[in-house]
Amino acid sequence: MAQPLVKKDDDRDDEVDYSPFLGIEKGAVLQEARVFNDPQLDTRRCSQVITKLLYLLNQGETLTKVEATEVFFAVTKLFQSKDIGLRRMVYLMIKELSPSADEVIIVTSSLMKDMNSRTDMYRANAIRVLCRITDGTLLTQIERYLKQAIVDKSPVVASAALVSGIHLLQTNPEIVKRWSNEVQEAVQSRAALVQFHALALLHQIRQNDRLAVNKLVTSLTKGSIRSPLAQCLLIRYTSQVIRESGVNPQTGDRPFYDYLEGCLRHKAEMVIYEAAKAITELSNVTARELTPAITVLQLFLSSSKPVLRFAAVRTLNKVAMTHPMAVTNCNIDMESLISDQNRSIATLAITTLLKTGNESSVDRLMKQITNFMSDIADEFKIVVVEAIRSLCLKFPLKYRSLMNFLSNILREEGGFEYKKAIVDSIVILIRDIPDAKESGLLHLCEFIEDCEFTYLSTQILHFLGNEGPKTSDPSKYIRYIYNRVILENATVRASAVSTLAKFGALVDPLKPRIFVLLRRCLFDNDDEVRDRATLYLNTLGDGSVTETDKAVKEFLFGSLDIPLTNLETSLKNYLRDPAEEPFDLYSVPKEVKSQSFAEKKAPSKKPTGLSAQPAAPTSAPDAYERLLSSIPEFASFGKLFKSSAPVELTEAETEYAVNVVKHIFDRHVVFQYNCTNTIPEQCLENVTVIVDASEAEEFAEVGTKPLKSLPYDTPAQTFVAFEKPEGVPAVGKFSNVLRFTVKEVDPSTGEAEDDGVEDEYQLEDFEVVAADYILKLGVSNFKNAWENMDPASERVDEYGLGPRESLAEAVNAVIILLGMHPCEGTEVVPSNSRSHTCLLSGVYIGNVKVLVRLSFGIDGTKEVAMKLAVRSEDESVSEAIHEIVASG
Amino acid sequence: MDLCPSVKNILLLDSEGKRIAVKYYSDDWPTNSAKEAFEKAVFTKTQKTNARTEVEIAMFESNIVVYKFVQDLHFYVTGGEDENEVFLATVLQGFFDAVDILLRGNVDKKEALENLDLILLCIDGIVDGGIVLEGDANSIASKVASHSIDSGAPFSEQTISQALATAREHLTRSLLK
Repeated sequence: MAQPLVKKDDDRDDEVDYSPFLGIEKGAVLQEARVFNDPQLDTRRCSQVITKLLYLLNQGETLTKVEATEVFFAVTKLFQSKDIGLRRMVYLMIKELSPSADEVIIVTSSLMKDMNSRTDMYRANAIRVLCRITDGTLLTQIERYLKQAIVDKSPVVASAALVSGIHLLQTNPEIVKRWSNEVQEAVQSRAALVQFHALALLHQIRQNDRLAVNKLVTSLTKGSIRSPLAQCLLIRYTSQVIRESGVNPQTGDRPFYDYLEGCLRHKAEMVIYEAAKAITELSNVTARELTPAITVLQLFLSSSKPVLRFAAVRTLNKVAMTHPMAVTNCNIDMESLISDQNRSIATLAITTLLKTGNESSVDRLMKQITNFMSDIADEFKIVVVEAIRSLCLKFPLKYRSLMNFLSNILREEGGFEYKKAIVDSIVILIRDIPDAKESGLLHLCEFIEDCEFTYLSTQILHFLGNEGPKTSDPSKYIRYIYNRVILENATVRASAVSTLAKFGALVDPLKPRIFVLLRRCLFDNDDEVRDRATLYLNTLGDGSVTETDKAVKEFLFGSLDIPLTNLETSLKNYLRDPAEEPFDLYSVPKEVKSQSFAEKKAPSKKPTGLSAQPAAPTSAPDAYERLLSSIPEFASFGKLFKSSAPVELTEAETEYAVNVVKHIFDRHVVFQYNCTNTIPEQCLENVTVIVDASEAEEFAEVGTKPLKSLPYDTPAQTFVAFEKPEGVPAVGKFSNVLRFTVKEVDPSTGEAEDDGVEDEYQLEDFEVVAADYILKLGVSNFKNAWENMDPASERVDEYGLGPRESLAEAVNAVIILLGMHPCEGTEVVPSNSRSHTCLLSGVYIGNVKVLVRLSFGIDGTKEVAMKLAVRSEDESVSEAIHEIVASG
Repeated sequence: MDLCPSVKNILLLDSEGKRIAVKYYSDDWPTNSAKEAFEKAVFTKTQKTNARTEVEIAMFESNIVVYKFVQDLHFYVTGGEDENEVFLATVLQGFFDAVDILLRGNVDKKEALENLDLILLCIDGIVDGGIVLEGDANSIASKVASHSIDSGAPFSEQTISQALATAREHLTRSLLK
């Protein structure tokens, strides 16, 4: 377009001469608003002033409370005018001002008059305005009119009333629910949009009544829905019903699937797409069910409309994550999308292809991507890099071309996030594909020669220190590392020193040269660099080439098996309140706070009304430890090993709500009973729990801590402590009775009477199980951790788990039984797979690390067999794990 | 959260990303500065794309934005990440076509600002609180425009000078074209 030149002039002229709002100023407009008060109204002028006010508000200007009130009162005067246009601007202005309750009264009568007007536009808009600004009391007054309006023969009026109903349902549900007869009638309306609005409102009124929703869907799916929008809505309701009802176990058929499939032949694209999307999102969807949906999406891929192409490729991309095979038919269409003008579409196409591609197509694909990478933004590139990483893990034989690709893009321009994604990918490939190690490390070395990001340089240096010495020719990395000491900033220099030391520790032939280099670092101008050099020179034996000590190796390479966030909190606590004795690393809790992880993994789909789950209680090991150590009776028990999640001992909504948290110590167990009194007329005193441990032979009660007083609705705790054999995972069953003194409370004064009555309340039993003695503790690289464990500690055995519902259910049951941390996402079982390997890690009581490798298989009769391999730092613990499984 | 297809905002910006008219229906952007930041981001990201013939689409901070440009005007409609893309495009097309009818084919910034009342009424007629009221461009436009004919009709209510002013304005407009 040859516009730019002309446009420049245009802009200048336009904005200086013609913009009707040039130089507009709030004060002046408010002055102008006085024309609203003229006895002889100039409707044109008034309209213009309102437009100016709306313009100002739209630009982000705000009115003070006083100004808003003034404008509001002035605007109400305009109801005198009969001009339709002006009236509509008045409606708009009132909605925009959102007047307060006492102001609303002023316009109510005018609006109610309009609601009964003969002009459809008045009725419809007056309803919308009134419902927007009204409160509950006023609503009951106008309810009659609204019910009428819902079944009004003018679609505009009916829609206005229905949509207002949808909004009002949030604030005044009990009133809106009374309209369901009228709404039901409106669902049968011949006007397309009225039907849509009525359906939306009807469903919302009934959404908590599963049966009613089911009936609604059943009757409407038989046909009688007119507008595409209403059809989309019905599809969404239908898939909700499908989600809740599940597959018919006899025939394997899914209710309403035929309806969804029928919608794929609808004439509106909106409906076709909605149905296709709904089918792909069915839980445990089968290949047969998917096929028709994939076929229509495939047609969309070659549409001339970008929106359709985007929608289709985005949906297929999601399908490719779970059913890559189903999408392969679309690969040719998808490849042509790589050159799509819209880069979002192109990126989605590429990542989908990377997910579905087979080994033979990798090279061709990489070629196409290379051309494509140069003209997309960083955020898209990151997506591509991640897709390539998973592709490479899928086809390790292709590492050469994929690694080359990564190293090429690493050399090109890019921001931090992008480079980080590449570096992370290379690191993962090096770890998982042994053949790729040497070339990958060299790529990284080249990268740090010219890397502007300190964070990445230090990460790479650290990694190099761990992996480099184990390669066939470690000496070739030294040059790259020492260059860092000469050329970089202090942070990078310090980590380069550490890396050099690691080479020195592991590769004896290199030692003399490393010492020379480290000694040079003693003259560095940065403290940290000099300190590190000194430290390493001393630990490595200062000049004498000797076999490196095991302790030194442990110091250099040992991983910190403490979650860093926990270490941080512990250090902060220590600094806030410094003690005489030095900080003890072992006092840091090792429990992983998996909360944020769980949140991230939660499906992004917002839970719909019925299926919404209450949020899981937050685990708070720190809080527990603080609480327990504040109780003198328990202070001598030592370090808290693990606290379980709360176990409910009462039904929901009983008089007293009690749950128990099991705290495990080395030689003791403390039960913390969290009690809540839900009766306002009572106050409980001297609350204790009488525990019968006759079915838990190894436990002996050593003390209780009663609760003095338990007023209404204030949770408090009572404790019971048991002794058990040291380091032994003793199990048993405990039955509990809550014993207390009840005192009547006068609810008006809140004072308790003097006399109380002793009473008891039966609680449910709970057990201490083996999993209570295992801490969840993740390892970052299971394979490495596994290989570092002594193979002699390994115990392998096979178990039959009997018939199970599915493989996933069996895997889950074992994870819960062992109470260990699933690593590397192996707790997720792909649907329809016949076998699965699950990796678990944890810490057994006595601070013994345990790793478990579970291999599951399922046969046609749903019999599940499991091979259990355990490695741990202590053979007896490996055996103990087997015992847990054998007895579970 | 209900399942009703819904719109999070409708934006009409100029060729520099400045507001002509905007309307937000969701609490995702609570302050004016959050809104402006969103508009700026959307504008910068879409500016270079060619959305003059077909409605284009992009993802944005887990929102879907569909957009179309004509002359120096940029039309946007935003929805949640799980929203039906085709539905959003339909809303945008309705908005776009209605504006085209209301501005009698002269769709540019100058006309839009001069007829801002029509644009605002148009947005108000398309979506109410996130829910689509009317999708068909002709119906939207006819509801908005009904008054421009009406206001001329009752001459009895206008003073002579107003009538003259109206006449003069009509004359200058036709001369300028």
